[in-house]
Amino acid sequence: MQLSRDDLLSAYRTMRVIRTFEEKVAEEFAANNVPGFVHLSVGQEASAVGVLAHLGDGDYVATTHRGHGHCIAFGSDPRAMMLEIFGRDGGLCKGKGGSIHIADVRRGMLGANGIVGGGAPLCVGAALAIKSRGEKGVALVFIGDGASNQGHVFEAMNLAAVWQVPVVFVYENNHYAESTGADYAVACRDLVKRAEGFGMTGTMIDGHDYFAVHAAAGEVIAQVRDSGKPALIEIKLDRFRGHFEGDAQTYRGGGEIERLWAEADCLKIFTEKVTGAGLLEESQLEAINAEAASLIDDCAAAAHAAPEPAPEALLADVYTSY
Amino acid sequence: MSIKSYRQAINETLFEEMRRDERVVIMGEDIAGGAGCAGEDDAWGGPLGVTAGLVGEFGRGRVLDTPLSEAGFIGAAAGAAISGMRPIAELMFVDFFGVCFDAIYNQAAKFRYMFGGGVSCPLVIRTTIGAGMRTAAQHSQSLYSLFTHVPGLKCVAPSSPYEAKGLLAQAIADDDPVIFFEHKLMYDMTEEVPDERYLIPFGEANIMRDGEHVTIVAISRMVHVALEAAEALAGEGVECEVIDPRSLSPLDADTIIESVEATGRLVIVDEDTPRCSLAADIAATVADEAFTALTAPIKRVNAPHCPVPFTGALEDLYIPNAAKVAAAVRAVMEAG
Repeated sequence: MQLSRDDLLSAYRTMRVIRTFEEKVAEEFAANNVPGFVHLSVGQEASAVGVLAHLGDGDYVATTHRGHGHCIAFGSDPRAMMLEIFGRDGGLCKGKGGSIHIADVRRGMLGANGIVGGGAPLCVGAALAIKSRGEKGVALVFIGDGASNQGHVFEAMNLAAVWQVPVVFVYENNHYAESTGADYAVACRDLVKRAEGFGMTGTMIDGHDYFAVHAAAGEVIAQVRDSGKPALIEIKLDRFRGHFEGDAQTYRGGGEIERLWAEADCLKIFTEKVTGAGLLEESQLEAINAEAASLIDDCAAAAHAAPEPAPEALLADVYTSY
Repeated sequence: MSIKSYRQAINETLFEEMRRDERVVIMGEDIAGGAGCAGEDDAWGGPLGVTAGLVGEFGRGRVLDTPLSEAGFIGAAAGAAISGMRPIAELMFVDFFGVCFDAIYNQAAKFRYMFGGGVSCPLVIRTTIGAGMRTAAQHSQSLYSLFTHVPGLKCVAPSSPYEAKGLLAQAIADDDPVIFFEHKLMYDMTEEVPDERYLIPFGEANIMRDGEHVTIVAISRMVHVALEAAEALAGEGVECEVIDPRSLSPLDADTIIESVEATGRLVIVDEDTPRCSLAADIAATVADEAFTALTAPIKRVNAPHCPVPFTGALEDLYIPNAAKVAAAVRAVMEAG
């Protein structure tokens, strides 16, 4: 699929907004302005944007506890997201979900999930709904290498294959489940090999390269949309920050993070490719950087200014009626 | 009106609700049976025969046999429920929920609250409870209190065919996740049940028998045990008011408290084990809100704090019976 200059600008803008959003959340967390836990996706932006470029209205997405980037790439409002992460009224979930449970269900975003792998069976159900209505959508779930070992993820893959429903299982393998390496915890090493056991196609993608993600994920998603049958993608990528903010990351090898920034930064790789090929000017990208910084500064300022939820919100929305 | 069994009343309701709304689908293990087999389709119609015939009318697109994969399909049911469907999932024994509890108590129960409202999860999970079939520790429990503990879930335990029909129709029409507990010893119980559709609202207890001396609150099959005891006690001049709460969450505490304010005495009959049970919860509620109305300590008649035994000699000791209920009533009468 040929990408136009507008496509490239749009992809870069979304990746840059995610990067800036995450770095702002890190800064605000360090300044004690963000309650609870936050898990940031710095370094993983090309996967979120390259995959979700192929989804739209009528599709469903479920993500992980590292889900801010997926929400932004699927079109959620970063301002409402920032308010949510700050726990404020006017947040995407009215301050009752937070970073780990951020969701936008009316738009088909079934949520980040505090339960590792929890989104996989939910997407089988969403795909069943698509099939029942005779629609051409897909339900796409992001699963980390840690979640890949959860029983309900295996059950979801089997059930999707048994029912023949359009689920895309996207494994984002960043090589770490908390502080435990995938080399230790994932017995088959490459998750893509698990596809065969469930009668699905499996596609391995380099998640550092936006162009590789966009092209290969596009083919798989089109195939799932067309056939109504599930498929698996494994995206190898890297998280540049800790499991959670505050993680000292002593489990990393010496110089690892410096090496990632030098060699594996998807934004840097994208920039080099598009400017090297003369597709975009550096000045265009710098303008986007400034625009993203200003947008995210505004989001943070709005979050600081937003009120806390009123006390009566405590008991609201437990049930539709009780 | 015609005579129907508890099983027929539930089966008829499933047909009616699936005809009314094509968003209603049903899934579970062997709910049709015969999938991928050379023999008959709809071979079982459910492990206990409750879903027989559905696949013939609605097809395998709406009557979904599942692999033995509870975490997968209960999770899928929760996902379908927030994606525009109104799924019914059957999980044959409440004892099996250990392998799929996450999808219920962390996902379905919390979506609406955790996502800030604006989303509902119209999911019904039907399951069976109850001892008495010599099915031992892992197929006989009455674990409804695990679910009443969780905000966001509604819990229903119908005590007769009439109740089962009206409460199941309400469960399917309800926009919140509902766990529907069918007592397996009652599937062949029969009574007059209207042929037309009717809804029994949740949170409205049913006074099964009036009485001035003792209030007995009983759940599911224990309603009949309590009525048997009340009949015997009437011969001794002790009149019991027997209340079936119908829904355990929401719980109609007002009706129970009103009754206790009139009788001054309360016995609760609950087939579940005693610690942190519905009986304990109801006792605490009445102690909190109607302590001064009580003339005697509250008595709870539960199963003992042990797993359900296999052999009949022990299982019969385990299940609360009319003699135990009568003894509890006599004790509260003597106490004050």
